[in-house]
Amino acid sequence: MKKQLHVDPTACTGHGLCAELVPELISLDEWGYPILARQPVPRGLDREARRAVTDCPALALKLLHPS
Amino acid sequence: MTYATAAPNLALAPTQPLSPPPGGAAGLPRLLPDRGAVPVDLRTHLGRYGRPPYRGRRRVLIPVMQESGLTGRGGAAFPVHRKLTAVVEAGTRPIVIGNGAEGEPASDKDKALLWISPHLVLDGLQLAAEAVGSQSVGLYVHRSSRLQERLRAALAERTAVGIDRVPVEIIDAPPRFLAGEESALASRANGGAARPAFKHPRVFERGVAGRPTLVQNVETLAHFALIARYGARWFRSLGTAEEPGSMLCTVHQADGTRDVVETVLGTPLRNLLALGDPAQGLGAPSGEAAAAQAVLVGGYHGAWLPASMAARMTLSNAALRPAGGFVGAGVLVALPADRCGIAETARVTRYLALESAGQCGPCFNGLPRIATVLDELAGPRPDRRALADVKRWAGLVEGRGACHHPDGTVRFVRSALQVFRAEIDLHAQGRCTAPRAQPFLPLPADTASTDADWN
Repeated sequence: MKKQLHVDPTACTGHGLCAELVPELISLDEWGYPILARQPVPRGLDREARRAVTDCPALALKLLHPS
Repeated sequence: MTYATAAPNLALAPTQPLSPPPGGAAGLPRLLPDRGAVPVDLRTHLGRYGRPPYRGRRRVLIPVMQESGLTGRGGAAFPVHRKLTAVVEAGTRPIVIGNGAEGEPASDKDKALLWISPHLVLDGLQLAAEAVGSQSVGLYVHRSSRLQERLRAALAERTAVGIDRVPVEIIDAPPRFLAGEESALASRANGGAARPAFKHPRVFERGVAGRPTLVQNVETLAHFALIARYGARWFRSLGTAEEPGSMLCTVHQADGTRDVVETVLGTPLRNLLALGDPAQGLGAPSGEAAAAQAVLVGGYHGAWLPASMAARMTLSNAALRPAGGFVGAGVLVALPADRCGIAETARVTRYLALESAGQCGPCFNGLPRIATVLDELAGPRPDRRALADVKRWAGLVEGRGACHHPDGTVRFVRSALQVFRAEIDLHAQGRCTAPRAQPFLPLPADTASTDADWN
């Protein structure tokens, strides 16, 4: 099953790196916190999504099966 | 709080002669004693209900709960049997915790139940533990020394007669609005702060001590204890087919009185709340109830309804959900016509913002801003952008917290913008229809200021 990006909002500190790495799926709100597209990661963005997960400075981003 | 002396106003609830059932006769109240609010001691309890009807092995009570249709009475109305099954299937050595951390300032029913009928709750805790095969049981209640002392005494009495199979540990809940949220409870039971957590894995899979954890509201456990005795059919003899049984409600009348009542799901709200005649306003003849302009259902994460709409509704999710409300934990407030609904909403929203656990960016940034702009809207001639700001921020925080706090707050705020929109328009012209500024909705004196306040 396709995975989807989720943020642990208790861990996220609003660095905003994820939105730079995957602007197609992540934008930032007016306080700098990510707003995630509620859709599975399309095939073409797999690499970027995984990179955003590993590079998140707060380790707040996860790839999970849609719940 | 005066639960020792505050007599439940049973006159407001549909009553039948009480004393349930040996044998299955239906009637109210089921959970509270038949007269007044005299706490039920173990002798009286055993005389009326007998010992807890243990089944001798786990799972046996699960289909009984399924048949009864019992749902959680803590607010979410989640089917009890599904939680039990999920916990049993999640692994071995589950933990069971009774949730009595009633953080909602407008709700008294769990405190009242624990004070008046502790043994029903404790029976339910033992029976739920048996149903999932648990040897580790806790009861999560506010560190009010009086209530805890009483519960400890009740537990000691039970141990002395040997009716408890599993010892019960009392766990301190801090007086926080969110302390009873399931993942906050799990965190507190693990020795940490009662703050909600990101829920992967879920509490029923890995909650306390990494073990599957069943969390049930204390009122749910009291119903559990009665269903184990009198059966699913007896339980269903009250309420509606979809939402069976009775429930405890904390009812706030427009005249300022506040009572815990046990009532039946599906009861017309008019039978519970004196809504008065809005047309007569406050000049109602003596003896008439103060007129209500709006009704808050579901507490501070719930929704406002115009009084005229509430007067046509019943206490059921089937009726309330289409109107944006829900039964929740049974908080019903009639707002008198002489108060400003926007000012009331602003005060409560400020409280909710301060009760944010401060963990999730959208919640700790958004809720205080929403509260500030509501304050603005509560005053004369608010900034023209205020209403649009509230709506935009409400959309920004929704669905973006680890728990439902932002969502519940937004539901409450949006319903106010809807129900009190005529008042908002008047404020824009510099007028307010409410003659009294004295606060109506109850709020605690203190909110959290340090980390220790969450332990």
